Amino acid sequence: MTLFELEFMQRALLAGLLTGLSAPAIGTYLVQRRLALMGDGIGHIAITGVALGLLTGTAPVLTAILVAIVGASAIELIRARGKTSGDVALSLLFYGGIAGGVLLIGLAGQGAATLNTYLFGSLTTVSASDLYVVVGLAAVVLIVAIGLGPQLFAVCQDEEFARVTGLRVQLLNLLIAVMAAVTVTVAMRTVGLLLVSALMVVPVATAQQLTRSFRSTFTTACGIGVLVCLAGIITSYNANVAPGATIVVLALACFVVAAIAGALVRRRRAVQAPLADEEPEVGVPGPEPHVVTDEHPHAHSQKCGHPKVEHGDHVDYVHDGHLHAAHGDHWDEH
Amino acid sequence: MTPSSPDTPKAVQVTDLSVDLGGRLVLRGIDLRIRPGEVVAVLGTNGSGKSTLVRTIVGLLQAARGEVRLFGTPVPRFRQWSRIGYVPQRITAAGGVPATVHEVVSSGLLSQRRLFRPLSAAQKSAVDQSLELVDMADRRKDAVAELSGGQQQRVLIARALVSDPELLMLDEPTAGVDLASQDIFAEAIRERVARGTTVIMVSHDLGPMDALIDRSIVLRRGRVVYDGPPHASQTHAHVHPHVVDDEQRGWLS
Repeated sequence: MTLFELEFMQRALLAGLLTGLSAPAIGTYLVQRRLALMGDGIGHIAITGVALGLLTGTAPVLTAILVAIVGASAIELIRARGKTSGDVALSLLFYGGIAGGVLLIGLAGQGAATLNTYLFGSLTTVSASDLYVVVGLAAVVLIVAIGLGPQLFAVCQDEEFARVTGLRVQLLNLLIAVMAAVTVTVAMRTVGLLLVSALMVVPVATAQQLTRSFRSTFTTACGIGVLVCLAGIITSYNANVAPGATIVVLALACFVVAAIAGALVRRRRAVQAPLADEEPEVGVPGPEPHVVTDEHPHAHSQKCGHPKVEHGDHVDYVHDGHLHAAHGDHWDEH
Repeated sequence: MTPSSPDTPKAVQVTDLSVDLGGRLVLRGIDLRIRPGEVVAVLGTNGSGKSTLVRTIVGLLQAARGEVRLFGTPVPRFRQWSRIGYVPQRITAAGGVPATVHEVVSSGLLSQRRLFRPLSAAQKSAVDQSLELVDMADRRKDAVAELSGGQQQRVLIARALVSDPELLMLDEPTAGVDLASQDIFAEAIRERVARGTTVIMVSHDLGPMDALIDRSIVLRRGRVVYDGPPHASQTHAHVHPHVVDDEQRGWLS
């Protein structure tokens, strides 16, 4: 019996495929906005959500998603109000999320073992009903990330310009935050809350070593995400190691390979076209051509009566409407 | 300058505008009327409020007092953003993820695009034309981060022009830009002006754009100290507002 015939492995692979697609999709926008750690921040907040679920006896996935959405929106609003920068807003929720989670878990009387399944994922325990939720949420994330691509791209590329084109920037930013929160909870079962951000950021960082356009970065990142998720799950089954960690280590290995390949490609390009980036200096007056006066009966000096003009490091003499400058044994037109 | 009747909507109408940034009044009691087709330079030293004025006109900053109207509509209610082209003050056009010149310029069409729809053929050709105008057509597939500062600025101009705006607002378009690029986009702006586009340009140093200007406004400490035809002393890097209208002289004393 191969691993593909095992029902729990089929579910694990499907969950991995969807996580591998949706995490880099939303991650591309986060990286473009230079908020790469937002996924991590939301992951930490979701810990509080999971703990809340365990404490109140409701489904941890449900409470995690709600708390993550609230937290992500809070990051966005704090950032938008201006006074606190994005990274400070993030760190506030990092600490709040993990402290709240540990506190509530203690109150719920649950130990570290329960929390661990959410922190580092527990793919093999994904149930059929879990899978429906994962499929539904991942589909929503992908539809938004692809369908609203041009709008989200503009907002992440240049927020002020996007506002002047009349886009609802605040709403779109909030949408990205909510999508990130949804993705985090989707990925909670596969790679776990502590490593989910890696799956949002590392494939994007890997892709952009080799790409030039946003679109190709987006698709390459999703491709890498799917690849490492499936390969990681299969490897972890065969080698009997933790799937979440295996996925992330594989993703990082891809990054190292791509970074080296990218550097080599760029160097090769630079050697082949060494002057490609240099622009012609149109409009900048070039050095005056060296014109020697035809014949010159006398040497200009203090006394010759021709007006003197200071010209940088030397003196020119006005001679019948021309400027003459001494150059060795002759006179140049200046 | 033809006299227009008082009820034709001005392209920009600023009435008694004051703006405060973090509790400090940056603009105080600005009154401006800019007619369609005018090419206006907003001049002044650092901190005189030039950028704040432009950013308030496009709605990025809120007025503490007074009002800005675009084509007769107060800015908070203004919705026809495709009539406005804006070039923000930028050092770079690049974000955290690579993006091509074509992708960045296409984002200038968002005011005309519906959700979940790809670019139409007409929009694609508008992008190509806009790139042609700033002489960047051959770089359309290159990443913006790989371009020089002047080329990136040209991309931002193309992004503002692609929606064929009636009012073009440029915030320091020539800052740190090589002469070759300055010439190219002075040419691009000239072509727009010939078609009747209104242009408002904030600048320290107008460079090759100088010849296009038909009115200059000099700001000093958040007030207008000169508003009239441009003259030579203003087009250099340092602005010395020697000439002050008689009725405005009181502000300087």
